[in-house]
Amino acid sequence: MKAWQTILIAAVVATMVVIAGTIAYVDLNARTTLRISTTTSLFDTGLLDAVKAEYEASHQVTLQIVEQGTGLALASASAGDADVVLVHSPSQEYPYLANGTLVCRKIIAWNYFAIIGPASDPAKITGENATQALQSIVAYGGNQTLGTIVWVSRNDGSGTFTKEQSLWKAAGYNWTQVSGEPWYAYTGTGMADTLNVAYQKNAYILSDLGTYLALFRAGTISSKALISGGKSLLNVYSAYAVNPQKISSAKFDQAITFIEWLISPTGQNVISTFGEANYSQSLFYGAVQALKDNAPQPDVSWIQDYAFFNGTECPVQYQANQTQLYQ
Amino acid sequence: MVERLNPIVDGITKAFQLIFSGDPTVYGIAYRSLFFSGTAAVLAILWGTPIAMLLSLKDFPGKSLVKGFFTSLIGMPTVALGLILFLLFSKDGPLGFLQLLYTPGGVILGEAILVTPLIISIAVNAIESVDHEIMNLAETLGASESQAYIAVLKEAANGVIFSGLACFNRAFAELGVALIVGGSIVARVGGTDVLTTDISMYIARGNFSMAIALAMILLVIVFGINLIILIAKNPKAIITWGKMPQ
Repeated sequence: MKAWQTILIAAVVATMVVIAGTIAYVDLNARTTLRISTTTSLFDTGLLDAVKAEYEASHQVTLQIVEQGTGLALASASAGDADVVLVHSPSQEYPYLANGTLVCRKIIAWNYFAIIGPASDPAKITGENATQALQSIVAYGGNQTLGTIVWVSRNDGSGTFTKEQSLWKAAGYNWTQVSGEPWYAYTGTGMADTLNVAYQKNAYILSDLGTYLALFRAGTISSKALISGGKSLLNVYSAYAVNPQKISSAKFDQAITFIEWLISPTGQNVISTFGEANYSQSLFYGAVQALKDNAPQPDVSWIQDYAFFNGTECPVQYQANQTQLYQ
Repeated sequence: MVERLNPIVDGITKAFQLIFSGDPTVYGIAYRSLFFSGTAAVLAILWGTPIAMLLSLKDFPGKSLVKGFFTSLIGMPTVALGLILFLLFSKDGPLGFLQLLYTPGGVILGEAILVTPLIISIAVNAIESVDHEIMNLAETLGASESQAYIAVLKEAANGVIFSGLACFNRAFAELGVALIVGGSIVARVGGTDVLTTDISMYIARGNFSMAIALAMILLVIVFGINLIILIAKNPKAIITWGKMPQ
């Protein structure tokens, strides 16, 4: 055999091995990857990194986490780009349950939004409730010179933004009007980016407490959480599986396994203790045991009022026969 | 697959509607982009041209090193420059007192810095290609040194203007500096969102028709300017475009 023949055969064999290996590798990955579309707050705080590490250590699966606002996370689910969604905007979530895209809703955690502002609090909102605070901010904004930014919004279709709109409404303002004020700005992006803009601009902002604390402890921002807690600032996180009858590519069994783990004592413990090491306080409260115990109050009643659909966590027709999730 | 195609067709249709109905949001963003990168290019010409003249007409030790330095900076990744400027301009940073972060001024300055190496390199080439005899001639005719420089610059004016256009294009089409230094803030007064940052924002929000409309405007302007540069460099090229290569 001539040298060039040997080389040619070796090259062909090598190419085939590489191609076959790549196909096998991609295929293996595809079978063991669970795609999770999530709100930015769960990701930016680092909670999902902790969840991912714990879950992957005990399961033969790779969690592929895509960080989006709640609005886009829900949209990706109906486009077939997710197997599980983790979101925090009940009013935005319900239509996806009703149209069959999502099933098996479980409330996994709650915490509170906060109104964050400069430490000097120029609008004097400390000690007020959310409604009064927004009124003070509007009054303060009206007295500023043109070009001063007093409020920074996300305006990205996220759960936090939906909450902001409902707070403006509760305070007696039309959001369209408020957002047209010269002191009102938005970034259209995630929580951490927007918090940073608000800090640099000495402006007020609505944020989930977790993302705020993550940036504050990291020294990125030195704004203060001026108002937090209370029913109007309640923040409830839910997990959903994508319905395989609607989205045929959805990996339903793996999604359910993941949700079962999230609501198990192990998963709930990861959620409830997350942040204790770095922030000396936990950022999320595990909701599963609280809802079972109907305690602590008034938090649980607020969750029932704010986040339940027809008086329950997940109406039975949307449970996809996964009754083990609801015992 | 049909379901997947619809959003694209839909997005493009809506994008055309937005462009041809003169949507104020779309055009507002386009004007702001033109203004930011136009100002940045003018600034870069203002401080880049004198540096380029010194580099090409004066002799000093380490000259080729300095030239090489500017040439290699042309490839500066925009996100890296964005990060550097972010750290400098940040409220707690060394230049924080200037209050440039997340302001239009910050974006303009950042983009001007980004394109400065480009303008210097192109202008150096343009000036060096001018016959040095012109300078000698001007000086023998009794011109002072600065007058002689101006005579050379006049000859190289075309090259400098083209370098300005190239700089405008780079500033106009880049994302990193505008996004990191500007923050893509949408506000009635003092907004910093431009075409590129808004395209990225609208994609993140799932509003593809806006993203497509803005991308079309971006592409038309960038290609248009490149075409102008190409034609201006070689006007005869238009005649030969239609012909088969020999």
